[in-house]
Amino acid sequence: MTTTAGAVETVDLAATPLRDLNQRLHDQAKAADPIGHWQVLNPSGAHALACGLDAPIDVEIMGHAGYYCAGMNKLATVTVHGNAGVGLAENIMSGVVRVTGSASQAAGATGRGGLVVVEGDASARCGISLKGADIVVQGSVGHMSAFMAQTGRMVVLGDTGDALGDSIYEARIYVRGSVKSLGADCIKKELGDEHRDEIAGLLAAAGVDGIDPGEFRRYGSERKLYTFHVDNAGSY
Amino acid sequence: MSEAFRDGLRESALYDRRTIHEIQRAAREGIYDIRGFGAKRKVPHFDDLLFLGASVSRYPLEGYRERCDTNVTLGTRFARKPLELRIPITIAGMSFGALSAPAKEALGRGASAAGTSTTTGDGGMTPEERGHSDILVYQLLPSRYGMNPDDLRRADAIEVVVGQGAKPGGGGMLLGHKISDRVAEMRSLPKGIDQRSACRHPDWTGPDDLEIKIGELREITDWEKPIFIKVGATRTYYDVQLAVKAGADVIVLDGMQGGTAATQDVFIEHVGIPTMPAVVQAVKALEEMGMHRKVQLIVSGGIRTGADVAKALALGADAASIGVAALIALGDNSPELADEYAKIDSAPGFYDDWQAGLDPAGISTQDDELAARFDPVVGGRRLANYLSVLTLETQTLARACGKSHVHNLEPEDLVALTIEASAMTGLPLAGCDFAFTPESLAAAIARANGRQG
Repeated sequence: MTTTAGAVETVDLAATPLRDLNQRLHDQAKAADPIGHWQVLNPSGAHALACGLDAPIDVEIMGHAGYYCAGMNKLATVTVHGNAGVGLAENIMSGVVRVTGSASQAAGATGRGGLVVVEGDASARCGISLKGADIVVQGSVGHMSAFMAQTGRMVVLGDTGDALGDSIYEARIYVRGSVKSLGADCIKKELGDEHRDEIAGLLAAAGVDGIDPGEFRRYGSERKLYTFHVDNAGSY
Repeated sequence: MSEAFRDGLRESALYDRRTIHEIQRAAREGIYDIRGFGAKRKVPHFDDLLFLGASVSRYPLEGYRERCDTNVTLGTRFARKPLELRIPITIAGMSFGALSAPAKEALGRGASAAGTSTTTGDGGMTPEERGHSDILVYQLLPSRYGMNPDDLRRADAIEVVVGQGAKPGGGGMLLGHKISDRVAEMRSLPKGIDQRSACRHPDWTGPDDLEIKIGELREITDWEKPIFIKVGATRTYYDVQLAVKAGADVIVLDGMQGGTAATQDVFIEHVGIPTMPAVVQAVKALEEMGMHRKVQLIVSGGIRTGADVAKALALGADAASIGVAALIALGDNSPELADEYAKIDSAPGFYDDWQAGLDPAGISTQDDELAARFDPVVGGRRLANYLSVLTLETQTLARACGKSHVHNLEPEDLVALTIEASAMTGLPLAGCDFAFTPESLAAAIARANGRQG
C-alpha cells in the first residue's frame, strides 16, 4: 500500500512486498521527476531494506530494520528510526545512512564513501574492511571493529571492545572513551591539529554538538606487518 | 634414480631432493613457500576413468555428421536473466592484479569468441575485462576489493566466493611487487604492501546469513542476475546442500587441483579433496534435494582436456571451468621463453612463480614492460582455439557414447580404471560389474555368506 501526503511518499510494508518498495526506490535513479522523500512504515525488521539506492532521495524507515539495510547505498539519505541488523550500509559508496538506535555487527562494512551515523551503539566488527567511508558511532563499538580497515575514518564517542583496528592499513580511528585492547599492528598515534579539525568536521557532519575534539585519541597502523618479515611472524 | 645408481648414491624416498631443498630454503628464509599454479602431487583424477563407448549394445552418433549440442543455460532457478553459453566450459575467476590487464583482456576475447563466460577475481572489474567479455561473472569475495553496485549491475552474473580449491579456508594473497599504482587504487591499499585478504566475508558468517546476503544481492540487482556460490572441495556434500538452501542458482565446485596466483605450497598440496570425488558428492547432494539440473553445477580443478570435461559432465556437472589451462593456452610456460625462464631460475613446464610478478610471458605480472610483451589479440585467439578443441573433444566422446547433447553423458557411460576411482565415484571397475563402494561390498559379502550357507 502506498499513500502520498504532501511531498512524502509513504509505503506500508505491512501491505506492500519489499521487492516492490526496492524496485520503486531503484526506479528513482532513472526517473525524470524523482520522488524526493519516502517513508517506510512497518519495516518489522525486514532484510535488505532500501539497499542499492542510486538517487539523491531521503528514505525514512519508521521502525527496526533487518540485515543489510541501505546496503551499497549511493547518493541517498536513509534514516532508520529504530535499530538496524547486521551489515548496516555495507559497502556504502556515498550519501548518508543514520540509525537513531543501535546497529548490529559489521555496520558500515567495506564502505567506500559516504557517512554512516549510529546514534546508539554498534556491535562487533563495525567498520570492518573499511575502504574510504566515514563512520560516527555516538555510543560504543564491539570487538574487532575496523578490522583490516584500509582507508576512511571511524569516530567512536564511547568505548571499544577488544582488538580494535586489528591488521589496520591506512584508516584513521578516533576514540573518546576507553579501548579494551588494540589488535595486531594498531597503535595509538599523536593527535595533531589536523586530526582535531578532522574530528570536528566528522562530528558536524553527523550532527553531534558540544563535544571537544581534543577529548579523542587517534589510532592507526604501525605498518610493521605491511611486508612479511620473519621476526614479526608471531603477529600474523 | 638411474643417475643416483650410476654414482653409487641412493636418494631417500622420504627425503627426496625437492624435500631437502625445501627444508634448506625454509631454514634460510624463515617463510613458507608461496607459489602459483595448482597442486602438483598426483591425486586420483579423471584420468582414472574411461568411457565405454558404443558397440552392439549401444548406438553411436556419426562422428563428424550428426548433431551433438553443447549449449548450457546457467541460472534457471531464480534469475530473470539466466546465462546462455554455447559451450559447457567457462573461464574461472582470476584477478586483475594476479594477472596483467592484457591477459584479462585476452581471457575475455577468447571466451567471447567461443561463446562462453569469463570471471573477475579478487581485485574488482576492469573496463578492459568488461569491454571484451560478452558474458562476465562478477565475484563477491571476502576482501570486497573494488566491489561496487555499478559493476554489480554491469555484470551478467554474481559469484559469491566462499572458497577455492587451491586453498579452502584461506584468503587472498598478492605480494607487494604486484601492488602497482593501478592495483593499489582499485583495492584501496597502499602501493607495494603484501596484501593478505580475509578468508571470511566481513558481513556474514554462516549459511543462514549467506541466504540473507544473497537476498540483498538479488534486491540490489532487481533479481536479474544468476547468483553463483563458489566453494573449494572439502565437505562437498554438506556445502552443496547448504549452498542450495542459501539460494544459489549455480554452484561452482573447485577441486584441490584448482589453480591459484599465490598461495602457500603447504595449503595447495594438503587442503581439500580432488575434483573427481567432489563432483560425485555434489551431484549426490543435488539429487537428494531434487535440485540436480535445477541448480546448475560448474566443476573446476584440473580440467585440461575434452576428456576431463566430458567425464565431469558424465558424472553430473552442467559445465566445467578452466583457469590454469587457460593461462597455458594464453602462453604461460611456453618453450619459446626458455631463455627468459632460465634467467629467473625456472624452465618451461615448471614455472609456477606467478606470485613474483616476473612472468616473462607478461601474464602473471603487473610490470608494464613485461605485460606489454603479451598481445591480447593473439592470446585471445589461442584461448578460443583451445576452447574449441576442448569442445570438439567433448563432442567426440559424447557421440561415441551415442549422445546428441553433451549433457546426455551419464555415469553409465563410464568405468573406473583403479579401485580408488571406483570407490570414490561408485563406478564399476573396468571389465567388472562391481564398484568398490560400501554398499556393493556389503552386498558381495552377503551373497558370499548366502552361498556358504
